[in-house]
Amino acid sequence: MIDPLFDPLLAIALLGVAAVALHSRDLFRGIVLYIVFGLLMALAWVRLHAPDLALAEAAIGAGITGALLLDTMAQLGRGRKDQPPSRLLQAAAFAAVAAFAAIALSAVLALPRTAGGLTTTASAFMEDSGVESPVTAVLLNFRAWDTWLEVAVLLVAVISVLVLARRLDLTGELTRIPPDPLLTASVRLLIPIMVLTGGYLLWRGTHAPGGAFQAGAVLGSGGVLLLLAGFRPLTAIPAVLGRAIVTAGLFAFTVAAAAVAASSFDFLRFGPAHAGSIIVAIELAVTISIAVTLIVLFAAAREVPVRSPTKEAPPYPPEAEGGR
Amino acid sequence: MSILSAALLLSGAFFFLAGTVGLIRFPDVHSRLHALTKGDNLGLGLIVCGLMIESGSPAVAVKLFIIWLLALVASATSCYLIAGNSEAPGGDE
Repeated sequence: MIDPLFDPLLAIALLGVAAVALHSRDLFRGIVLYIVFGLLMALAWVRLHAPDLALAEAAIGAGITGALLLDTMAQLGRGRKDQPPSRLLQAAAFAAVAAFAAIALSAVLALPRTAGGLTTTASAFMEDSGVESPVTAVLLNFRAWDTWLEVAVLLVAVISVLVLARRLDLTGELTRIPPDPLLTASVRLLIPIMVLTGGYLLWRGTHAPGGAFQAGAVLGSGGVLLLLAGFRPLTAIPAVLGRAIVTAGLFAFTVAAAAVAASSFDFLRFGPAHAGSIIVAIELAVTISIAVTLIVLFAAAREVPVRSPTKEAPPYPPEAEGGR
Repeated sequence: MSILSAALLLSGAFFFLAGTVGLIRFPDVHSRLHALTKGDNLGLGLIVCGLMIESGSPAVAVKLFIIWLLALVASATSCYLIAGNSEAPGGDE
């Protein structure tokens, strides 16, 4: 199943882009190459027959993370050249990575060639899981524990960012740029499509590649686009509600777990009768929560105007800045 | 069918190649943008046409076409923003 022409080229391109991205002195070049690396990684996941991972990598790894890195670089200063670390540190890091790679490679090579893993066991229980997609069944039913803790990790991350940025509100500073008519028009065209795509990915996750994380990433990207175009997507809702939405994913998951535990003394074990609806409800809450989390991560990290201080742009919006 | 779609895919790839050569070799922002956007609309359009012929169902073909339209919107907007904010003459700074 290895395509003789495309796969080796993809592997070489992955390693090459990673090497150039890490070695470039210019931060901007490194970040752009990192985004390219994310795109090639998504292609690699497709070649490995993992479309869910490819969707998540393209949306989160190449999309949102790239935008976050570019935004941070703009705040740190465009022309910054990184000082390379000392030779000793470089050699030590290379030795550590090589040792770890050798261990990982030997572990992979020691695996039996034709082990089926848990695929047969998982497929035997598919009708009891409540969904038709094996990935969603594993993520949200068989291994719901892991996903529950992942959602908790996201919540801890966004709380940490808010604490570091010393903010309690979620709206963030606007960039001081005047509204751009083409950007506004294209945002008006793209946002409804992104909302539709997010909803479609969420619905599709039950029976095909898709799911809560991918849908949340698409919706979060839409919110980030709104922020970059000068709108303020989180000011329409009161701050308390915004914080509540960020915790909603973890909250819904915990409520479902507690309800199931109370009724049958089995933590995070959804019975086949209600598993489908429980999973959809959890996925919906997690999607909205992830979308708002990504918007908050982007907005809270902006504290200074993006434009260089030599050029003064009129403050935007022209009315008082006090209304948050 | 297959020869037509192969021809379309190859010509799309040629436009992408031309755009990449332009990105590397042209001297300033505006000419590089000019080269890149050719790859984005004509190159991607030809590739999408080649794939639409090969796709099994009309639903997939329509989705591919919509992807091309969205890529057009994104590339036009970003080209305009990059050109408008660049430090070259004609830009904003």
